[in-house]
Amino acid sequence: MLGELGQLALCFALGLSLVMAVSGLLGARADAPNSILARSIASASTMGMMVFVVLAFGVLLAGFVTSDFSIAVVANNSHTLKPMIYKITGVWGNHEGSMLLWVLVLSLYAGAVAAMGRGGARLTSAALGVQGLLAVAFILFILFTSNPFLRLDPAPFEGAGLNPLLQDPGLAVHPPMLYAGYVGLSASFSYAAAALIVGEAGWARAARPFMLIAWIALTCGIALGSWWAYYELGWGGFWFWDPVENASLMPWLIATALLHSALATEKSGAFRTWTLLLAIGGFSLSLIGTFLVRSGVLSSVHAFASDPTRGFFIMVLIFCAIGGALGLFAWRAPTLQGGATFDTVSRESVLLLNNVFLVGACAAVFVGTLYPLGLDALTGQKISVGPPYYALTFAPIFFALLLLVPFGPQLGWRRGDVKAAFRALVPALGLGGIAALVVLAMVSPRTLTGVMAFAVAGWLIGASILDFFKRKGARASAFAAALAHAGLGVTLMGVAGTTMWRSEALDVVGPGETMTVGPYTLRFDGVAQVRGPNFQATQAQLALMDGGRVVTVLRPEKRVYPAEGQEVADTAIRTTVLRDLYLALGDDRGNGRWTVRAYVSPLAPFIWLGALVMAAGGLLSLWGRLRLKFTAPSPATQPAE
Amino acid sequence: MNTKKRRRLYFAAALVVAGGVLAVAIVYQLGNNVLYFYSPSDVVQKHVEPGVAFRIGGLVEKASVRHGASADVHFVVTDGARSVPVEFAGVLPALFREGQGVVATGALNPTGTFQATEVLAKHDEKYMPPELVAALKRQGRWKEGE
Repeated sequence: MLGELGQLALCFALGLSLVMAVSGLLGARADAPNSILARSIASASTMGMMVFVVLAFGVLLAGFVTSDFSIAVVANNSHTLKPMIYKITGVWGNHEGSMLLWVLVLSLYAGAVAAMGRGGARLTSAALGVQGLLAVAFILFILFTSNPFLRLDPAPFEGAGLNPLLQDPGLAVHPPMLYAGYVGLSASFSYAAAALIVGEAGWARAARPFMLIAWIALTCGIALGSWWAYYELGWGGFWFWDPVENASLMPWLIATALLHSALATEKSGAFRTWTLLLAIGGFSLSLIGTFLVRSGVLSSVHAFASDPTRGFFIMVLIFCAIGGALGLFAWRAPTLQGGATFDTVSRESVLLLNNVFLVGACAAVFVGTLYPLGLDALTGQKISVGPPYYALTFAPIFFALLLLVPFGPQLGWRRGDVKAAFRALVPALGLGGIAALVVLAMVSPRTLTGVMAFAVAGWLIGASILDFFKRKGARASAFAAALAHAGLGVTLMGVAGTTMWRSEALDVVGPGETMTVGPYTLRFDGVAQVRGPNFQATQAQLALMDGGRVVTVLRPEKRVYPAEGQEVADTAIRTTVLRDLYLALGDDRGNGRWTVRAYVSPLAPFIWLGALVMAAGGLLSLWGRLRLKFTAPSPATQPAE
Repeated sequence: MNTKKRRRLYFAAALVVAGGVLAVAIVYQLGNNVLYFYSPSDVVQKHVEPGVAFRIGGLVEKASVRHGASADVHFVVTDGARSVPVEFAGVLPALFREGQGVVATGALNPTGTFQATEVLAKHDEKYMPPELVAALKRQGRWKEGE
């Protein structure tokens, strides 16, 4: 019964998104009684579509919560003994449910676009029309290739359970967060397409809050994914240049470029067409990412099931969306007024370089991710591109970008004074030098890359502090850039610390024996059997010693999930301010002896702390934007910028 | 040409040069840093040189897993036709089993043993890496639904 209700809701949502697409595009025409009517229809159908998608999602959620195994997806991915939180997150722990989550996020963004109506009636209407087209395509995709409401008759008594790797609090929030980012870029995409349709240049201001939300969500989503990989996979690494990770990094790079370029467009009218192209490109990369992750062409934990029809459908969809948007761009972009002029030394120039580096970094990732797929399709040759490639392409480009960052806020729009900027940044240079000296004094080996990374981190954070004092007394949102840039510095320290100076030990230890890793001595105190709600764990006890005294006890585990018939390692991590001590339990070697892998990762927590600081910067800016809406005249009545 | 225009030209030229350097760097690094995927049969037929990094995929031969004195592990990867001995100093993934699929990254040593730096097994019971499925299919060792 529940299943039919969900299916019905989804069909209604499909109908309403069709209405939305048609009426939205009709409402984009110049003011006339007909187009004004079309706009209200577009707005109303958007809200209706949102309600029905929420209903469909609610139905699936209810199916998982009540363990209704007559729904095939629930039976294949849930289990009555699973803790409630993993019953809920199981909704998107499978292909069908995750696509429904995709459409849910799309509909929520469409609802927000309709409710806020930023940028005037025509622009909003056209944007809703484009969102409607996207909704039609993705709901069709769900109904025809990935229906989450298919029935099982007779219903089994017990479900097959969820991949234990996915039964984790970090991963519970990671997919919704990442989707809020991926799909959030659809709002910028729709606004950009709408701007091309309507011929309106003020779209960047209207779309700004959506760009910010998408960027914040992507930043958090990527950070969560990387944190999960760090503590769950047991390899001590935080980023593996896995194609699926790259699929989320590429939209982030372009979204970052878009945020900066759109700012220039908004403030000085520069890069008008380029900003449009970035908005189209960002969402296109989200679509390509969805294709890579969902079609099963990649080997990863994200590839739930491979079904060629799905891959084909998404491919056609990508082709239509990207092709359509670029066609629209080629046809309409020349009719928009040309960009403003700016001096070679100006904030615009720095933002231009920012964009060149970000797009370049994205291109490096794009080639490294798609080249193996292309080669396989053309020649059948199986290859993979590993971390050394990214270390030699992505890393230097990003490094150059970071060197440049402090100049942006110091230079004025249109015309800047490079000497004055340098003078103002001298204290930041000093902080960078101090950071380099401190690192030189403290660490071994003294690698040049490591010292340079800390110098740049000091430079970034120093410049942010200077920027902060320069703006003292201004609105809170004025500090957004300073905060986000400081976050980059914090993350950089974490990345450099872990990659340059991580110590590692791999030992076979018996009860009472000790092992050392970095500055730590650990005593192995044997293993015990522990029961969890839906797993059985072998838990090792390792005492962290200081002389003869036990400082703390760490308990890495190996868990067996009987329902799923799988074994998963659970790491034990002790975080102190400056380093992580990280333990993973390996194989049983007989006679009470076990393999234990230990890492000491200096500054590892900084990686995710920095991402949080960046996201906080984004939130500050968003807060300023939303508050502004109620105090400033609406953008529609403002003179063209 | 006035100074402003000239500065602009330099700026544009610098951008073009930077883009060009970037493109060359990407293509060059790509050529140097790809890892090929070979099945044990490929390793034998293609005479892969010792020291060249690649990925090997196949099934872990039954009763071939042997632990050394320290944390090192030895096993044999097979695709039914050929097999290659593998040595790995590390913790095997939780889903590593004899008779099941495995993908390892590393290089051959002069004695023909594959020295693995990383060993990956399946992420869950239902899933096999696509390269591995293709390699096993070529040897007729893959049954649908396996």
